[in-house]
Formats: sequence, structure tokens, C-alpha cells
Amino acid sequence: MPDKETREQKVFRLSRRKALKSLAAAAGALALPGKDASASFWESFFQKNFRELRKDELQKILARMEREYSAQYGKPVKVKATPPREGVQYGYALDLSRCIGCRRCVYGCVKENNQSRDPQIHWIRVLQLNKEKGVDLEEAEQYYNPAKVPEPGHFYMPVQCHMCKNPPCTKVCPVQATWTESDGLVVVDYNWCIGCRYCMAACPYGARHFNWKKPGLPAAELNPDTHILGNRPRPVGVVEKCTFCIQRTRENPGRYPACVEACPVGARKFGNLLDPDSEIRYIIENKRVFILKEDLNTQPKFFYFYAT
Amino acid sequence: MKMIWEFFKGTLVLVFRGSKAYYAWVLGLLLLMAAGAAAYVYQIQAGLIVTAMRDQVSWGFYISNFTFLVGVAAAAVLLVIPAYVYHWKPIKEIAVLGEMLAVSAMVMCLLFVTVDIGRPERFWHLIPKIGILNFPQSLLAWDVVVLNTYLVLNLVIAVFILYNLYHRREPNKSFTTPLILFSIPAAVSIHTVTAFLYNGLGARPFWNASILAPRFLASAFCSGPAFMIMLFQVIRKYTKTEIKDEAIFKVAELIAYSMFLNLFLLGAEVFKEYYSDTIHLAPMKYLFQGLHGHSSLVPYIWTAMIFNVTAFILFLIPKTRENFVTLNIGCVLIFIGVYIEKGMGLVIPGLAPDVLGEIYDYSPTGIEFLVTIGIWATGLFVYTMLLRVAIPILNGDFHVGEDGVTPVIADQMFILQRPESRG
Repeated sequence: MPDKETREQKVFRLSRRKALKSLAAAAGALALPGKDASASFWESFFQKNFRELRKDELQKILARMEREYSAQYGKPVKVKATPPREGVQYGYALDLSRCIGCRRCVYGCVKENNQSRDPQIHWIRVLQLNKEKGVDLEEAEQYYNPAKVPEPGHFYMPVQCHMCKNPPCTKVCPVQATWTESDGLVVVDYNWCIGCRYCMAACPYGARHFNWKKPGLPAAELNPDTHILGNRPRPVGVVEKCTFCIQRTRENPGRYPACVEACPVGARKFGNLLDPDSEIRYIIENKRVFILKEDLNTQPKFFYFYAT
Repeated sequence: MKMIWEFFKGTLVLVFRGSKAYYAWVLGLLLLMAAGAAAYVYQIQAGLIVTAMRDQVSWGFYISNFTFLVGVAAAAVLLVIPAYVYHWKPIKEIAVLGEMLAVSAMVMCLLFVTVDIGRPERFWHLIPKIGILNFPQSLLAWDVVVLNTYLVLNLVIAVFILYNLYHRREPNKSFTTPLILFSIPAAVSIHTVTAFLYNGLGARPFWNASILAPRFLASAFCSGPAFMIMLFQVIRKYTKTEIKDEAIFKVAELIAYSMFLNLFLLGAEVFKEYYSDTIHLAPMKYLFQGLHGHSSLVPYIWTAMIFNVTAFILFLIPKTRENFVTLNIGCVLIFIGVYIEKGMGLVIPGLAPDVLGEIYDYSPTGIEFLVTIGIWATGLFVYTMLLRVAIPILNGDFHVGEDGVTPVIADQMFILQRPESRG
């Protein structure tokens, strides 16, 4: 079912607004965080789950966020809510025979997606593996630091969100703060997440990251082109993850994710799995492709392959 | 209505009266609670970064304590079954104390979950209709449902029985019996659901073993009752409550069976992992031997193993089981042993090594200890308050007056200054 339909279908919970209002009075008496007690604090406190928002409510929220982020970071910030495109299933492929472990993808991602610099949050983790042992995660090293890569005897395996078709992370969320969009992207509503971190325990790829403290994002480094479910600045205490650069790939014409652009050796491939002429389909049909932790039946839309 | 109001007023009067020892105890707990609350306020302001948890080990001391305490709560059933199903009188007299322990443990469980989440002010997202409870998909949603049900259930049973005793009448059986019978599967379900919470994650081989729920139950029926045996001795020594030796020994006997099952199931799991020697072995190796030079959990788990086995032997032999010195040693050993095994010994190896093979050695920070101590103090405070009302009712020092409305309070002391010898 397309997301639009689900969203409209769920708007029946009108009685909820009433309940919320009385709850507001009660909570107000409890005086939650006092210093933030502005009107917009309460607005975001009572904000509904993204998927239950009516169009006009969503517009108001986007405007509010743009206002707040622009004031906070001292430059105009755009917050989009570009919906999924019909007939698109995003897929990703990564050529292990090409990857040299330079980690430019990691930092390209950090820059594009406004991840916290202090403490550092990385949506992509690059594993250094031993050629003799193959893909043995017990032997993986993430904190390698030689003068030059690649190091002899090693190969490199970047891991990020695999956008599973059967995602363990969305299933376990107790409040449906995370879900799969109709174009296959697994997203998080940062305003709805309660920060229980059950999804992090469930993810077999370590793709979910928690904001243990308020993200340290210098205003000068903020990418102002943001998406509400993607790279907009995140609050403390919630989980975030790779969205295949939802703010880029959902544009028309769509752009590549930042990591694809950043890769100096062309190891990263991205495209529409439903398009038979796409590069991603060619790779899946003609190369030696494998899936990480296939036995877990997560059915990722992220494929590793050896081109040579 | 007026009768209920007068009863309520009477309970309020009771909790404010007591001997010096009672005031000192309550004041001490309140101080610890205040320290915990202060630490929690600091954690709220700074974020969960003040804990030692990180992305690699995303659950820690709080969830470990939570898991252990769900077991303590579930163990009330070990008193309920002999008391109400088999009508064994010595235990029936104290079953209500077990139910109140379940209430206190549940309160602690809910607090531990609350302090663990990143956005506690969004708790309302979990309330059905107002928020969205992802039921039945998420096991955490199941846990919310069963834990709250169990809490309410035990509270209702205990309060109803006590309220009737206060009015000096037999509690209405047609009301209590179905609730009490329902509390038996409910106790099993809280611990099963908590086990399934871990169990259902394919990404975590250490938890993804079908033996996990039975192991949870077996260990719960050791730790909870061990705690009760010690509590009962304290209660009968320092208050007017009488608890028969045979009740305590019967509970100890039940612990012996449970500990046998617990050790047997653990052995089955250890065998499977070590003999098949697949990649699934890594977490167990990390726990029992250390992995790639990381061995922070090893001394703890072996302490737990030695404690559990020693306690099992002490409880198995009737002579040591019925000697209060060895019995109490056994209780302490079990309590610590299971606390380690079902706490950090279960949660941490599930997360380390993490899904990409990284090992992050977790050990709780001072803030985590402070918050945890605060919550334990809260649990003891709740239990003390419940006992403060329940014990005078049970021994007839707090009851309704001749007019059927005003309460009579004969007991002023609660904790006796000079412990009387047992009758």
C-alpha cells in the first residue's frame, strides 16, 4: 500500500487530539523542561507520528522546523518531505574488489547528512578484513590507521544500512517510530522515537546509531538542504541511520547518495532495482554477488560483489 | 465510599508512625532515593553519554537490573501456588507478602526501563489510542502490557485481601480466586516475554537460543524466593509477624529444584555452543574465557557459577537447608549468583562482540550506579510502605473500629526496638 494511502487512512484518530490537550494540561502542571517551555516546545512535544500527519499539519511542521533550524544555525535551512516516487525500489551494490578502505565515503556521508562531529557518529563503518580469512567478522578491524591504504593482505568491507526487505529493526520498535517507505527506504521519525534502542539490538549490521548526547554540529558545517526523515539536525536521545541520502535520491531527477559520489575508485553503485536497464540490475544479474548474513533472512537491498 | 476513605486515612497515619529504627530506615532510603534522583536529573540534562553505554553495547546496567528484577517479581508465584492451589496453610499466611514483593519489584522494573530510554518525556507514545503501541509486533510492547497487567493484578489482589482483613472478614473467594489463578500464568508470562524480548533477535546469537525462556524461569525461581527467605526472617525478627520455619524450609526446597533446572539448562547451552564450535561461540567465549584479550566479564561469571553450585548443594542437603546459618549463606550466594548471571552476564555478551565483531568492554559509570542505587532504594521504600500497612493488618493491630468506619490503630512501633524471641 502506498504511503499516501496509509497516511490518510490513519487520520481517523481525531479523538486523540482531545486526549492530548487534556494531557497537555496535566503535563504542564508537572512542568517538564522549564527553560524550553516555549509554544514550539509544546508543538513538537505533541507532534503526531509522521505517518499520521495530514498534509496541512505536515506543512506547518516543516515551516516550524525551518524557522527553528535557521535561527539556531544562522543560515536559511530547507526541510523537505519529498514523498517516495512510484515504481522505484532503491538498491545498492558495492564492489569489494575495488574498495581500498580510504573511508572518503564515511566522511562524505557525515558532511552530507549532518552527523554529529562531537561525539562522532558514522553511518558507514569500514571493516578491514584479512584476505586469508575472508569475510570473518570476528577478525574485522574498524580502527585501522596506516599511512597508506590498502594494506597488503587485506581487503575492505564498508557496512551501512542494508535497507532490508524483512527488517528486524522496524518490527521491534514499540512505538512504530521507524518503518519502510514504499520505495524501500527504512526511515526514522526523530520526533516520535523514544530512544529505547531495541532496534539497535535487533539490527544485524550495526547500522543504527544513538545520540548519546546533543549532536555537536558546527553551524558552518551544516548542510542546509535537508529532509524531515533524513539529514535534518537530530535531537539528543534518539536513534538515527543511513537513508540512502533520501534528500538527494528522491529528487527529480534523483541524485546519487553522497557516498557514491565520494568514492574515488567507483566501488559504489546505486540505482532503481525495478528498472531492468539500470546498472544495479546489470550487476545483480551478471556479477558474483553476495549478501552479508544471508542466513538471517533480512533480505537486504544492499549487495556486495566482486567485479574482477 | 466513606469506609474506603477512612481506611486510606488510616494507612496514611500508619506510615508516618513508627519506632526510631523505622524512621532511620525510611530516612536512609529517602536519602538514597534523593541521590539517585539527582544523578538522574544530571543524566537527563547531559544525555545518556554519562553512562558507559555506547552504540556497540547499547544496553547496560539498567536493563540488566530490569531483567533480574522481572525474575524476582515472577517468583511470587512460587508462594501463590502452594498457598492458593494446594491450600498449604503455613505459606498461605505469608503469600500476601510475596505479592507485595512482586509489586515493589515491578515498580523497580518500570523505573529501570524509564531511566534507560533516551526520551522519557515521550512515554505517552506507548499509550494505545493516544500514542501508538506496536502491539502485537514488538516484544517490547508485549512487555509493557504484561508488566503493567502483573503490577495491577498483584496490587489489586494484595489490597483486596488486606482491606477485607482490615474489616475482619474473609475476602470474597469468587473475586480473589480467579484473580489469583490468573496471576500464575501472568507471572510466567512476564518472564517469558522478557526472555522473548532478547530471544527473538536473530542478530544476537547469544540470546537467540530457544532454551532462553526456560532458563529465565528456572533462575527466577531461585533468586526471588532466596530474597524472600531472607526478607521473611528479617520481618519476623523485627516485627510482630509470625512466619513458621516449615514455610521457609518449603520455599528453600523449591529453590533446590529450580537451581537444579537452572544449572542443567545452562549446561545444555554451554555444551551446544562449545561442542558445535560455530561462530556463535564468540559471545560465550567472551563471557567464560575472554575473547581476543578482552576478559572483563570472566571473573564475574565464574564467581556466579561457584556461588550457584555451592548454593545448590547447600539447598539440596536437608541438614544444611534447615540450618539457618547455611540457609542464609545459600540465599546470599544465590541472590548474587543469579544477579550476575541474569544481569550483566546475560545482557552484555548478547551485545559484545557486536554484530560486526567489535568488542567494547562495558562497565557501568558512577552515575549508573547512583541511579541504580536510587531505584533499589525506591523499591525497598515501596515495600516498606506496603509492609507498614500490611503487617499491622495481618496481626490485628490495624482494623476497623466498632462503628465500622473509623480505623483503630493499636500498633505504633512497626519495627520493634528489642527483637523478641520467635514464638
